[in-house]
Amino acid sequence: MPEGTLCNKNPIQTQEALKTLLSDTRGKKYYEEMKSIEVDSRLLWDTINKTFHSRMRTWLEICAHCGLCADSCFFYRIHNRDPKQVPAYKIQSSLGEIIRRKGNVDNKFMWMAMETAWAKCTCCNRCGLYCPHGIDMGVMFSYLRGLLYQQGFVPWELKIGAGMHRLYHAQMDVTDEDFVETFKWMAEEYQEDYPGLSIPIDNVGADIMYTVNAREVKHYPEALAEAAILFHLAGENWTIPSSGWEQTSLAMFAGDWEACKMQVEHVYAAMERLRPKRMVGTECGHAHRATVVEGPYWAGRKDGKPPVESLHYVEWVAEALRTGKLKIDPSKRIKERITLQDSCNYVRNHGLKEITREIIGYIVEPGYFVDMAPNRDHNYCCGGGGGLNGIGIFREQRNKALITKRDQIIKTGATLVLAPCHNCWDAIRDIEKEYRIGIRWSFLKSLLIDMVEIPEHLKLNE
Amino acid sequence: MYNFLTGPGLCLSIGICLIGLLVRGVWYVKGLNWQLDRVAYTAHPKAGIKGAVRSIVFWILPFGTRSWRAQPFMALLFYTFHIGVICIPLFLEAHQMILQEKLGLSFALLNQNLADILSWGVIISAVFLLLRRIALPEVRILTTKHDYVVLFLSVAPFITGLICRYELGNDSFWLLAHIISGEMLLIAVPFTKLSHILLFFMSRAQLGMDFGIKRGGMKGKGLTW
Repeated sequence: MPEGTLCNKNPIQTQEALKTLLSDTRGKKYYEEMKSIEVDSRLLWDTINKTFHSRMRTWLEICAHCGLCADSCFFYRIHNRDPKQVPAYKIQSSLGEIIRRKGNVDNKFMWMAMETAWAKCTCCNRCGLYCPHGIDMGVMFSYLRGLLYQQGFVPWELKIGAGMHRLYHAQMDVTDEDFVETFKWMAEEYQEDYPGLSIPIDNVGADIMYTVNAREVKHYPEALAEAAILFHLAGENWTIPSSGWEQTSLAMFAGDWEACKMQVEHVYAAMERLRPKRMVGTECGHAHRATVVEGPYWAGRKDGKPPVESLHYVEWVAEALRTGKLKIDPSKRIKERITLQDSCNYVRNHGLKEITREIIGYIVEPGYFVDMAPNRDHNYCCGGGGGLNGIGIFREQRNKALITKRDQIIKTGATLVLAPCHNCWDAIRDIEKEYRIGIRWSFLKSLLIDMVEIPEHLKLNE
Repeated sequence: MYNFLTGPGLCLSIGICLIGLLVRGVWYVKGLNWQLDRVAYTAHPKAGIKGAVRSIVFWILPFGTRSWRAQPFMALLFYTFHIGVICIPLFLEAHQMILQEKLGLSFALLNQNLADILSWGVIISAVFLLLRRIALPEVRILTTKHDYVVLFLSVAPFITGLICRYELGNDSFWLLAHIISGEMLLIAVPFTKLSHILLFFMSRAQLGMDFGIKRGGMKGKGLTW
């Protein structure tokens, strides 16, 4: 069974393997090797027999081939209604074909399936809302990704990302020490402006345990400072875990279910250890999906819930504004035409559609907010979801995938886009980079920092 | 022949249809797996039932979902077709006589004019569904022989039934053709996509539970279908 040294069926388990893969610039050798790896048809068919049961089997079988899913897919719309981009076609010609052939597919087929699973679907699950039979092709593509990952057909960056989770319990090489030190450093940086600002680490029984996205630690440490400042101003009894702080899961995008389980159990262990009343996660859609929505199932939790109630950041902000823990200075409310990106992962897939609009009500001067159309449950993916933002070989497809969101934003006439989701934020940044439509984009935290009133007792003594 | 087809033949085909569907239903539910499907089906019964009911009701209501509203012509064809294929076999006076005689069952009767309208509705909508399959690239690319066979199986009893109703051609031939096509349809149900007669409800309920339990149903007002 020919296997490459970089591209193979084994997950990344050692630092050495990770370093070697990372040193292969843009995965050049990795993809070269991928052209000749063999498909282990027996393993593929065995896995299918163990995991492909009535829900998906029925979906593939009863699909009425009616085409009602076509228009629901933004890929179909931006590719001039190319029938090969119809969700039902994409899943039937990839996963459906693997099933029909009982796993007897070749290397060329798996390449096609890989491109279909990662560059023609972002697992946004919008098609599931438009199928009369309730067939959710996003769910099936996610499943297909798992089969492809097992056979070694996974984009280079996601193989690395899943490996990072296995080795660092984080999506990038950020250690627990890096995390704690960076958070402490950020607090020190801002202590002069916010007297008493501190980072409570590993406090048992806090009201809130805060979890983040590793890239905030590595690339955007201000996001950590902003979170700390807002908890501080709101008077929250909060803490960070020194381990188990990473909420994201590139393993989920990769289809590495074993790594998904390892990652989420690490976060749950921190919950069990610190026994906070609640967990609040940063402004990230897929992190919320991985840790709060899907994670309990990977971890085998029968109630489908994390060990403690877990909120997306927007839920905490809305609550803090509603209860008056955070107060907005009315003179600093946004007076610029602003629109809002509904993240698929926590809006369509976790019902948080009204929460963000409640926040808008507090922070935007009436008359300046313009919703995109469609929105809420029926929003379109930013174009970079499901890992597509980070996959080099599919960059061209990703840039084209941004068009739907670009046009939605242009129609609102907004110059500021609120994107409380890391992936959406990146995609919207890239919309501006690629298409120059004259917009700014922002997370919530950085907007709030400039708007919140500082309680009297926390003010600087001049 | 007639006696066989309206006697043991009818019982056999109805039996195969119902038992087959029952097996499919049991098999479907047995194949659900909370951990693989990632839906805690039994842990949150209230949210699950609410999600399932919403998912079915909105999709049964004409224009009840955004998807139906976005495709009004397709929705019109869909409802015309399905109302006819459900009502005519069950409530047509001629069918009621057989059911009453053989099985002792009887339902409300359809008035003949309405029955004609519904039957023609099935034929006309089927013609448009067929044309839609051929004409629209996004439907054509998905279409397989199975889809044509299923459509033909579904419409054949209506074509032969209308020929009988208007007494065109040889009465006894067309009556036999009608009964055979109807029984073929019944027998085909569990083994083809026609199993959606039951599996539509199962699949819709499953996705409704998924959204109702896991994907936000317990967070707010529930999904807007």
